[in-house]
Amino acid sequence: MRVAGLILSGSTKDNLDKLTLKRTSAAVPVFGKYRAIDFTLSNMVNSGITNVGVFTQYNPRSLMDHLGSGKEWNLDRKRGGLFILQPFISPQSHKMYYEGTADALFQNLTFLRRSYEDFVLIGSGDHIYNIDFRPLFKYHVKNGADITLLTKTVEEGTSFSQYGQVITDENNRVTQIYEKDSKYHSNKIFLGVYFINKAFLLEILYASVPNGKFDLLKDIIIPNLSRIRVFSYDFEGYWKNIKKSVEDYYNINMDILKEEVRKELFYQPERKIFTKLKDSAPPKINVNAEISNSIISDGCIINGVVRNSVLSRNVYVGAGSVIEDCIVLQESYLEEGSIIRKTIIDKNVRIRSGKKLEGIGNEINVIEKGAIL
Amino acid sequence: MRALGIILAGGQGTRLGVITNNLAKPAVPFGGKYRMIDFTLSNCVNSNINTVGIVTQYMPHRLVEHLGIGKPWDLDIKGGGLHILPPYLSRSGTSWYQGTADAVYQNIEFIERYKPDFVVLLSGDHVYKMDYNDIIDYHIEKGADGTIACMEVPVSEAHRFGIMVTDPFNRIIEFQEKPKEPKGTLASLGIYVFKWNFLKDALIRDAKDNTSEHDFGKNIIPKSLKENNMLYAFNFEGYWRDVGTIESYLDCNLEIISPLPPLDLHDDSWKIYTQSEELPPAFIAKGASVVKSFVSEGSEIYGTVENSVIFQGVTVSEGTYVKDSIIMNNVFIGKNSYIEKTIIAENTVIGDSVEIGKGKFAESKIDKKIYNSDITVIGFNSKIKDRMIIGKNCVIDNEVDLNDYDLQEIKSGEGLVK
Repeated sequence: MRVAGLILSGSTKDNLDKLTLKRTSAAVPVFGKYRAIDFTLSNMVNSGITNVGVFTQYNPRSLMDHLGSGKEWNLDRKRGGLFILQPFISPQSHKMYYEGTADALFQNLTFLRRSYEDFVLIGSGDHIYNIDFRPLFKYHVKNGADITLLTKTVEEGTSFSQYGQVITDENNRVTQIYEKDSKYHSNKIFLGVYFINKAFLLEILYASVPNGKFDLLKDIIIPNLSRIRVFSYDFEGYWKNIKKSVEDYYNINMDILKEEVRKELFYQPERKIFTKLKDSAPPKINVNAEISNSIISDGCIINGVVRNSVLSRNVYVGAGSVIEDCIVLQESYLEEGSIIRKTIIDKNVRIRSGKKLEGIGNEINVIEKGAIL
Repeated sequence: MRALGIILAGGQGTRLGVITNNLAKPAVPFGGKYRMIDFTLSNCVNSNINTVGIVTQYMPHRLVEHLGIGKPWDLDIKGGGLHILPPYLSRSGTSWYQGTADAVYQNIEFIERYKPDFVVLLSGDHVYKMDYNDIIDYHIEKGADGTIACMEVPVSEAHRFGIMVTDPFNRIIEFQEKPKEPKGTLASLGIYVFKWNFLKDALIRDAKDNTSEHDFGKNIIPKSLKENNMLYAFNFEGYWRDVGTIESYLDCNLEIISPLPPLDLHDDSWKIYTQSEELPPAFIAKGASVVKSFVSEGSEIYGTVENSVIFQGVTVSEGTYVKDSIIMNNVFIGKNSYIEKTIIAENTVIGDSVEIGKGKFAESKIDKKIYNSDITVIGFNSKIKDRMIIGKNCVIDNEVDLNDYDLQEIKSGEGLVK
């Protein structure tokens, strides 16, 4: 199966507050040592996709630093490999940005034309899940589909208005999609992953983008559902979108404290999640430390109390400090005797000795990258 | 090229018992995620020595797998990088490496291709951080033919080392290899710098000498001294350990993880690189307790861990107590077990309610030379059945299966060796 991968790495339209001030949502750190994009990238590589383009436009420095040459995902290849697709000025276009998914694809037609693959998988860089895409490819071919959308049947209580609700017929052919509709229509939501025949994709791009139709889902797929064969493939595992809200970001990180989530995401021998390795020493837990229900990453030195928290690499917790219900990102340093509760501490934050930080009620504090408190 | 590194990584490490039965000593796991050779290799790279030959001979599979193409050490480069140098057969009928000098002699052609000014000769089984530029600069400054790094050791330890006697200018006037009656306490650390032309000539002459054992300590060095060549001692003042015995292996691991370690693995300015596995960070459960320990990626702790090194992918189940121990990669320990002063090798499965390392020390009935402390060693890929009781100074062989047990108890000093 020949499939080229494309990953959308986030725009300004996310809700992650200070966390995306200096990075795009795909580069948001998650689960102690990963970045959001590691999941989609690893899923593609583990499914045999070795030609991957990453669309970037919003705040890409951190993401580019993380991706490098693609070596960590085995994407430093002679043929294919990793491509960063940035907006650019050309004689045809003077826009320095992408107007939407379809526009981004259209501006990078060269990538699509040069790739020898027959199919294109379009994913998003801010989704957390571990999937084998190969059954989806087979399903797509078996159905003779033009497009297959990855969907998930979710329980009540999900904020349906944030997703596309998908209606299918008895053969799983998509008949209607209600994109970000506040009314409830279906508990099957679209996960933002498209599997498309490349020739078909090129055709619809040429027919739509020059006419000002810039969004693949809203402007192209939804209005034409009766004319094109769109199928839905239901994914049953753990799937989360990390950029919906700070609260979601917090809760998703905390999910790693659940054994079943850890097992599903990380302990599948054929489907490892790859990331940029940093060669830090294993965490050192000193004599007076007390750790309970927490994730402690490499390079950490713990002298205080850590409860119900996720600590990224190289975090230092001084003696007498208490960290409870927190997400602490890389290289942050807590001096002695500080108390931090229900807070997201971004990278390189220094918390001075004796400081006390607590969220009010259920509110989650976010401390900006590089802050000294 | 200024300097080329040669790491001798063929050692059997017989005094580590079952741990090195199927594993070259440089490939022995160390410090939670590393293997011994990572220290020397990272020192090379951090010292800008980017062409490194690794001489292998004994049980090289795991070592070669670990090294790969040298990627984790940034040694996958053009015009140099990492080279594995196994023994090979040539027209003139060369065979296994006869000794350390022979091992380098047989690779003269490899070294010659890079035309180095100096060759830095190293071991793959020592734990230390050292900037080799210091010894090379010293070597140049002295105008030496060869320079040997050394440090003072206690008199009682001197018989285990190559011992040097120097003049006031640090020039070596006498060298004794593992002497019964040492003339001093200045010990060789197995780190040599040679002018390449000088070394090549010495190796060729040594190869023709039928009476020679083709060993650096026994032949090359004493002979050079006799010929009045300029050999100097370089005093190394940092931390250096030869992890040659079960006791020193356990001690050295625990030394490194202490709150103020003599060798700091958390020091960013001199990183130790290794082949990392792709595993999530360590998880420490509610009700677990971990103090004075390293807990590596992919590990899940539900029990109690004290003063121990937990490698990658280890599970310590509920109610289990691990103390003063080294637990290597992918070991699973069941519920309500008690483990004290024990080294458990990779991929071992320990059942529920097992007790290891309790009781009083007893002299080993297996091999007094190897097992002579109160440390118990469990070999690779073994299974320890539920409710087993294993005493102190015991040894369980590699690949022990549940069918291999006759008894429910192994007393101190005894073992299960197939």
